[in-house]
Amino acid sequence: MTATTTSARSELSELGRSETALRTFLHGLPGVDQVGAEQRAAQLGTRSIKTTAKAQAIDLAIRMVDLTTLEGADTPGKVRALAAKALRPDPADPSCPHVGAVCVYPAMVPYVAEVLRNSGVHLASVATAFPSGQAPLEIKLADTRAAVAAGADEIDMVINRGAFLAGRYKEVYDEIVATKEASGDAHLKVILETGELATYDNVRRASWLAMLAGGDFIKTSTGKVPVAATLPVTLVMLEAVRDFREATGRQVGVKPAGGIKTTKDAIKYLVMVNETVGTDWLDPDWFRFGASSLLNDLLMQRTKLTTGTYSGPDYFTLD
Amino acid sequence: MFEYAPAPESRSVVDLKPSYGLFIDGAFVDPTDGDSFKSINPASEEVLAEIAEAGAPDVERAVRAARKAYDKVWGPMPGRDRAKYLYRIARLIQERSRELAVLESLDNGKPIKESRDVDLPLVAAHFFYYAGWADKLEHAGFGSNPRSIGVAAQVIPWNFPLLMLAWKIAPALAAGNTVVLKPAETTSLTALLFAEICQQADLPPGVVNIVTGAGDTGRALVEHPGVDKVAFTGSTDVGRAIARSVAGTRKKLTLELGGKAANIVFDDAPIDQAVEGIVNGIFFNQGHVCCAGSRLLVQENVADRVLESLKRRMAQLRVGDPLDKNTDVGAINSAAQLERIRELSDAGTAEGAERWSPPCELPERGFWFAPTIFTGVTQAHRIAREEIFGPVLSVLTFRTPAEAVEKANNTPYGLSAGIWTDKGSRILWMADRLRAGVVWANTFNKFDPTSPFGGYKESGYGREGGRHGLEAYLNV
Repeated sequence: MTATTTSARSELSELGRSETALRTFLHGLPGVDQVGAEQRAAQLGTRSIKTTAKAQAIDLAIRMVDLTTLEGADTPGKVRALAAKALRPDPADPSCPHVGAVCVYPAMVPYVAEVLRNSGVHLASVATAFPSGQAPLEIKLADTRAAVAAGADEIDMVINRGAFLAGRYKEVYDEIVATKEASGDAHLKVILETGELATYDNVRRASWLAMLAGGDFIKTSTGKVPVAATLPVTLVMLEAVRDFREATGRQVGVKPAGGIKTTKDAIKYLVMVNETVGTDWLDPDWFRFGASSLLNDLLMQRTKLTTGTYSGPDYFTLD
Repeated sequence: MFEYAPAPESRSVVDLKPSYGLFIDGAFVDPTDGDSFKSINPASEEVLAEIAEAGAPDVERAVRAARKAYDKVWGPMPGRDRAKYLYRIARLIQERSRELAVLESLDNGKPIKESRDVDLPLVAAHFFYYAGWADKLEHAGFGSNPRSIGVAAQVIPWNFPLLMLAWKIAPALAAGNTVVLKPAETTSLTALLFAEICQQADLPPGVVNIVTGAGDTGRALVEHPGVDKVAFTGSTDVGRAIARSVAGTRKKLTLELGGKAANIVFDDAPIDQAVEGIVNGIFFNQGHVCCAGSRLLVQENVADRVLESLKRRMAQLRVGDPLDKNTDVGAINSAAQLERIRELSDAGTAEGAERWSPPCELPERGFWFAPTIFTGVTQAHRIAREEIFGPVLSVLTFRTPAEAVEKANNTPYGLSAGIWTDKGSRILWMADRLRAGVVWANTFNKFDPTSPFGGYKESGYGREGGRHGLEAYLNV
């Protein structure tokens, strides 16, 4: 690491001390031109990924899936089944890799932990009063600690969008710092809920805010608001993690979540990662898909590539 | 990981004939003296077809056919009927757009994703747009009864063979003129396929005539006393010669010539999108664009940052097989053009500018030039003044908006310019002062049939596109 990076890093770590410094910094970031960003994202979506490249991409995408269930009706039986699927997505084909993680509510963590023990599949849990984040800080932190104590090694937190939109950046910053601390050794994924941030400028600012406060991952959405992950939003976030690493030397992961259902979509994201931040991020440690129905489409396309024919949905497990 | 497997577009949609004749009076005919030349694929140097070389007698036949069609059929035809033919042509272009795009990429060397996603949609859009004008000429703002001119001689370049054909033929026919078009000698094939489309559309014989050949053919056409209007797109040198030859005749003339556009990036610009705009400005179509943003003027306080981003982005450009759907930068159109690009780039190095290209493997056969930028360029360098017409960007810096305007205007050309800033008021202030026919704000190389296009100074005169584009084909 160069001397300038070290000094930039210490300068950036000072920002959290004052509201004014944070605001000045975040509003000094280069703007995002909406038309241009959307056009670039659309362009990257036209890459034609075939044969060997497609096979590689599918296996990578499977390894990047955070297999998720976040329903009020979740039960131990349901999440155990999901965890089993995470380990062996395609029982018919042992060469199929396992997914990146299973993501559930804190109350469901213990049941998943039993299944996943020492498997290499991570256990993520949404904490901090997911999905609205509208709870007192103490409760959010208790939520986080409970999830970690039950065995989660990844915490998906939501930021306080109300405070962010009202311009109370320090409040958001402090909450992320506190949650990071409460997470202990668990990786902290910070959900920006980009659908509610409305502008790409806000997305870029929120990305930087989350990274400055110590987030290990930045994630687009909870999946609980109408607009979830989109390619342009992910593009802006990827540019942010790229610039952040350049400024500080620290690499932060990205997780688009919500609404990514098809292999075709997943491959568009991988192409975007490849051409925006490069191969350093093409790894489940640095890029994940928050999804529930994506996996089966990936499996179906994977089988199509190996056997040459499409199997019906009955050939893949429901969980 | 992530090497994209080859994704080539199939050539099988194109039915190439071994040889092509001239398209005169609605039929393909042999040239009088039987001369021909070869058209090659610039990406592989493979011979695609033999093309007839039109001599003076052939030009004579073509002009006579156009005159007859003008006097007897097309001139007297009501606008609404001309519109029907133009609409029909536009629809046929859409129906056959895949075939046209593949042939364009084979013949020109441009990436299929550009011919497919940019050229062909615009070609069809121009015919649709001018079809709409054909029966509304009295509402175009040129008086209550604007009249067509007669026979138009049109000479087009090799960089956008079909698009330039559309820019020329669509307004000419809409206004009631007949045409004799000469495509560039390296890229005649899609014009000949367009001739087939004219036949398919039952366009009356002689309304569109296409004579293929090189400079001599073009000269014979432009100097022919039977033409009433000359329209040329190409180099400034040839444009000058044409202006001289037309001077003193009654022929009307429009010229669309070279450019050396400034792409101006201010320190408050959206940097990531500005970098995209710079890339699109100069590497689109291998830089074979007369309005290419070939001079980057970047505010000094963000120059390092912009250049760093630009280099990183350039390293992602995929250079190679034009028919691969993932190719970003294709082949240089001809050996001669490659030689010209090399010569000017070498001059840049010799004059002390710093040259940089991303590491990229170029195919062994064909004509290739890696995307290149020169930094530390000053107004005194040849590469800052002369049009290179290739994927070569010269980077200069400025300190204030006034200096940006001064440097941007300090060129013999004036076709286009780009402004990148978050400040709307600055965009308007700059646009008022830039001596350029098109000024793009926070974007670059955007085209639309409704928008007039043309230059100042040595970039030519007259406008193409939009309502203004009709004026050049009407007696007003």
